[in-house]
Amino acid sequence: MSLLDSRNGGSGNGDDLARLEAGLDALDTHAATRQSRLRKAWSATWPPLVALVLLVGVWQLVYLSGVKEPYQLPSPGDVWSALREFASSGDLATAVFNSLRRGALGFAASLAIGTPLGLLIARVRPVRRAIGPLISGLQSLPSVAWVPAMILWFGLSDAAIYGVILLGAVPSIANGMVSGIDQIPPLYDRVGRVLGARGLTAARFVLLPAAMPGYVGGLRQGWAFSWRSLMAAELIAYSPELGLGLGQLLDRGRQLSDISMVFAGIFTILVVGIAVELCVFAPIERRVLRRRGLLATA
Amino acid sequence: MTVLEETAPATAAAASLSGVTKRFGSGPNVLEDVTLDVAPGEFLCLLGASGCGKSTLLSLLAGLDAPTAGTIEIPGGRPALMFQEPALFPWLTASQNIELALRLRGAKSKKARQERAAELLDLVRLRDAGAKRVHELSGGMRQRVAMARALAQDSHVLLMDEPFAALDAITRDVLHEELVRLRLSQQLTVVFVTHNVREAVRLGDRVALLSSRPGRVVKEYDVNIGQPRRIESPEVAALSVAITEDLRSEIRRHGGQS
Repeated sequence: MSLLDSRNGGSGNGDDLARLEAGLDALDTHAATRQSRLRKAWSATWPPLVALVLLVGVWQLVYLSGVKEPYQLPSPGDVWSALREFASSGDLATAVFNSLRRGALGFAASLAIGTPLGLLIARVRPVRRAIGPLISGLQSLPSVAWVPAMILWFGLSDAAIYGVILLGAVPSIANGMVSGIDQIPPLYDRVGRVLGARGLTAARFVLLPAAMPGYVGGLRQGWAFSWRSLMAAELIAYSPELGLGLGQLLDRGRQLSDISMVFAGIFTILVVGIAVELCVFAPIERRVLRRRGLLATA
Repeated sequence: MTVLEETAPATAAAASLSGVTKRFGSGPNVLEDVTLDVAPGEFLCLLGASGCGKSTLLSLLAGLDAPTAGTIEIPGGRPALMFQEPALFPWLTASQNIELALRLRGAKSKKARQERAAELLDLVRLRDAGAKRVHELSGGMRQRVAMARALAQDSHVLLMDEPFAALDAITRDVLHEELVRLRLSQQLTVVFVTHNVREAVRLGDRVALLSSRPGRVVKEYDVNIGQPRRIESPEVAALSVAITEDLRSEIRRHGGQS
């Protein structure tokens, strides 16, 4: 008796069908294999640790080989003590705090402008034709190019710095929104309409959630651009009224011709950028992708 | 079984098309003068080769598009529509997909929506799958969630656009049975589009054969075979052979001579 015959026997038709379906469902779904947390954390940690150790080792070797004079290339130990000096004087905490605050505020403002702008470009054809290419093009313009103009407009003020951040990050975020919307399968739109979603309701329940993967990618890139623009602005716009930021810290090292200080500044900028990426954006992106089954759980 | 050349006019049709013609822009007619009445509780299968405008016809019935000429009436309000792909939203769980359909047709209370979604999942025998994400479900399970979502629209007319075409044969066979069961228990009127003759005869009370380019109703067949039917039964096979013959001669007309 075949699988298909078995359901037609006797009075238990409904039960047979139910059992048949349950069997198919069980055969067709695969239980996810789970790894222990500790193991996962370890497998994520050791490769970058090894890379870091190797990097520092190579650096030390190059330093010892003497290809560059010590005032041009500091040893890892020199940079470490410069960092400790920064930390103990309180400058490091102040600079990190100031720069992060500016970065976060500038990013939030870019988000508030870039998101609706992206929606407009994606959904209104004349707007897309008019400014779509401009917004994409702005992404390739290094935002440091805006610093002189911003200083001439706003003076050496926070406004100039925020201006540079906005010009750097808004295009990324808007473009992320546009590509997120462009990648939505047309079928979702039809399903939304069949279910009765129109206009703003459709935007809220279908369009925006469907655009999330592209949008989150845009946010991530937007943050990278914010941070970069901020450092460029801080490095150039140096004034006592602005308070100490990481860029200024770096510039101070240049003025004092203290290469250890310069390296300490560069590393701090890098580490803060990576930390924000790892602690804020990577988890959001992972979550969005995992929910949609777009992420291998290995 | 009998073969009808003409539709008997139904009293108070659940859906009726009269003289419906559709073309896109200045192109040729995709559908031409289609007149069909679907009786309440009837299962009508629309059958045709490529280019017969089956999907266009469903879009018109679903109100996603407007006919160029003719009228479409669906007294019971907007019909539910199922696609070849389940088209569930991947950012929602199975249950949330159904809840969204309930919400969009105006169910205000979240608790009521959740309860109704659980009932509907139970109806398609997926009681325990409510919290699952779409990618965690098999193709057949997704299509059943899509069915539950369509039922959530609380429409008496269900339009189906080759909903089982992408499934394997065993799953398809099970879902045929499921659909027949649901259609009876929920008193649904179903318009089911397919290019699979056996599927049409397995499921339908009536099969309408459409010509291609332009799509026109060329012939209708009453399927007087009792349910439960089996796709491999001799009665289904016999009618399928007759319809396939007509379908082939319809297709041959496009091969050069006419």
